[in-house]
Amino acid sequence: MSIVLRYREAILALIIALMVTGISLYAPPFGTLSNGVGVLNDTAFLFMMALAQMIVILTRGIDLSVAANLALTGMLTGMFNMVFPDLPALIYVALALLIGGGLGLINGSLIAFLRIPPIVVTLGTLAIFRGTIVVVDGGSQVNTSDMSSTFSGFPKLELFGLSSVFWIAAIVALLAWLFLGQTRSGRGLYAVGGNPVAARYCGISLPYQQMLAYGISGAVAGMSGYLWVARYGVAYVEIASGYELTVIAACVIGGVSIGGGVGTVAGTLLGALFIGVIVNALPVMQVSPFWQMAISGAVILAAVIINARAEGRALKLILPEARRAAAQAKR
Amino acid sequence: MSEHSATPSPSRYTVADRAPRKLSAFLLRWESILVMMLAAVIIGNTLKSPYFLDPFNLADATYNFSEKAIMALIMALLILVREIDLSVAAIVALSSLAIGYMGAAGYGPVALIATGLAVGLVCGAFNGFLVTRSGVPSIVITIGTMSLYRGIAQVSLGDQALTTYPQTYLDLGQSYLFNWPPTPLSFFLFLVLAFCFAIFLHKTSAGRQLFAIGANPVAARFSGIRVDRIRLILFTLSGLLAGLGAVLLTARIGVMRPNIALGWELDIITMVILGGVAISGGVGTIGGVVLAVFVLGLATFGLALMNVPGIVINVLLGLLLIISIAAPILIRGQSGRR
Repeated sequence: MSIVLRYREAILALIIALMVTGISLYAPPFGTLSNGVGVLNDTAFLFMMALAQMIVILTRGIDLSVAANLALTGMLTGMFNMVFPDLPALIYVALALLIGGGLGLINGSLIAFLRIPPIVVTLGTLAIFRGTIVVVDGGSQVNTSDMSSTFSGFPKLELFGLSSVFWIAAIVALLAWLFLGQTRSGRGLYAVGGNPVAARYCGISLPYQQMLAYGISGAVAGMSGYLWVARYGVAYVEIASGYELTVIAACVIGGVSIGGGVGTVAGTLLGALFIGVIVNALPVMQVSPFWQMAISGAVILAAVIINARAEGRALKLILPEARRAAAQAKR
Repeated sequence: MSEHSATPSPSRYTVADRAPRKLSAFLLRWESILVMMLAAVIIGNTLKSPYFLDPFNLADATYNFSEKAIMALIMALLILVREIDLSVAAIVALSSLAIGYMGAAGYGPVALIATGLAVGLVCGAFNGFLVTRSGVPSIVITIGTMSLYRGIAQVSLGDQALTTYPQTYLDLGQSYLFNWPPTPLSFFLFLVLAFCFAIFLHKTSAGRQLFAIGANPVAARFSGIRVDRIRLILFTLSGLLAGLGAVLLTARIGVMRPNIALGWELDIITMVILGGVAISGGVGTIGGVVLAVFVLGLATFGLALMNVPGIVINVLLGLLLIISIAAPILIRGQSGRR
């Protein structure tokens, strides 16, 4: 049992595969290729945002401000577009990355240098970012008619039927995988989350790692903000309201430990895909969309409790002696 | 040379019965800062608006924070023992749903209140059971149960609303308990509960145990404190008080929709953190939380009197939260850097 559960990603993939098969048997249109492409396109935002959130959670942090950051950056990019229409789309992407990253670094500096707990900081900036939208735009909206064609056309570009948002999410995933696995800074994120004291003795700087994590989280949220606003053709105060909890849920389902130091790119992507499949399956199965929330809640509970049992048995520690000591301490 | 300093002390350490009373330490206490903030809010609002100090206006202002404030009391205890309950607002929704169905079925006020409290109790106990049995951090468990509870309310009601309640029940939330000074029931209950919580936390040994758990749960367990049982009780109580919040809120607004009390968990946590309860556990007072409730409640009310839009008020409260936490850290960091 414990050996099987160690391959958490494999189990999650299997569950998703079974779910897709079951739903397709019940409602055949769900199993078609075009629908599968639709699910991936729909879930693209969640893929990116969940990966960024994972990077924060790895450092024992949490970023509740991502959805507010998305909405604020989306609005600011939209307003920039009204002043400077018809610039190449990549300029809007770069601008969104900068604004979002800047907002993330505000979180990061409050957390890293003032040592305020992340949940307190991001709870505060959630309210501040969201409210700032009204302050900058005076309570109005940015609509499709206000957007230039390069601005709103970019997220609708397609390659092999998959939207550019999906391909950006794929690039983000690839970069996250390389960054977390192959770079000193990426490994440092695991180190400060796994054991902050040991990391300090190894010369890994906690403030640097935290600035990095919240900066990345903000940048990805900001970029998603531009893509979101351009794709859905509207920017206003309430967009993506409450989305931060969906993002955290995807991480939790994907096996990211809220205690820090544990989490993989593959697991997080599967966690996001899991939510994406459920969200897209409900209308196909003609189940009321109101079920979505209750189902995700039940799934989160089931996933974390199974994960907790798996973690209790197969602790990922480096030294065998440490593993034995930890096993004894558990008892 | 005095005689006292001539005789060497037998011990290298001096153990005093209490910490020396210093004015600067007293002024830098979190509660003192909150009292000053509260005074600033009251003076500022009185100068800005002639309607602020009207007793009936103030009584109506308490409606907007009393239910949250009641739930903040138990949230303070949970955060004190290093736990958190993000599902409280969802429990309000589920309790309110049950109250709404009972009201629609024609039951009387006593049955409605009992149902609301019972549903809250069960939801809270379920949270506590999951947290103590699974060993998963409570922030994760209660994110899950938050979706679950509010999801159930959404599934049952969809985009409908429940609006049938007996008049005697609605009177609970819409009339004054005493006419002079005008006191709504919810505010009166908050004051009574705050008093009970303060006595419990600061004057009983059980209350001291909470501080011990918050400071070091493992050490507390080895000292013979039943940590898991206390966690279970606190989560159950959190559900019960959310049920009470639902009883009062539903009676006040007289309608149940699935989005009732949406986002309250964050408002409540803001009250607790501004009240000086450390998110890392082991530090905090009920007095601080009560003061923070008044600071936030009266600031919101005053800004609303000045026609500041609600979302801008949120920005100001967010800034207040971060600045009030950051300022003491900056002050202390500069005077006490080693």
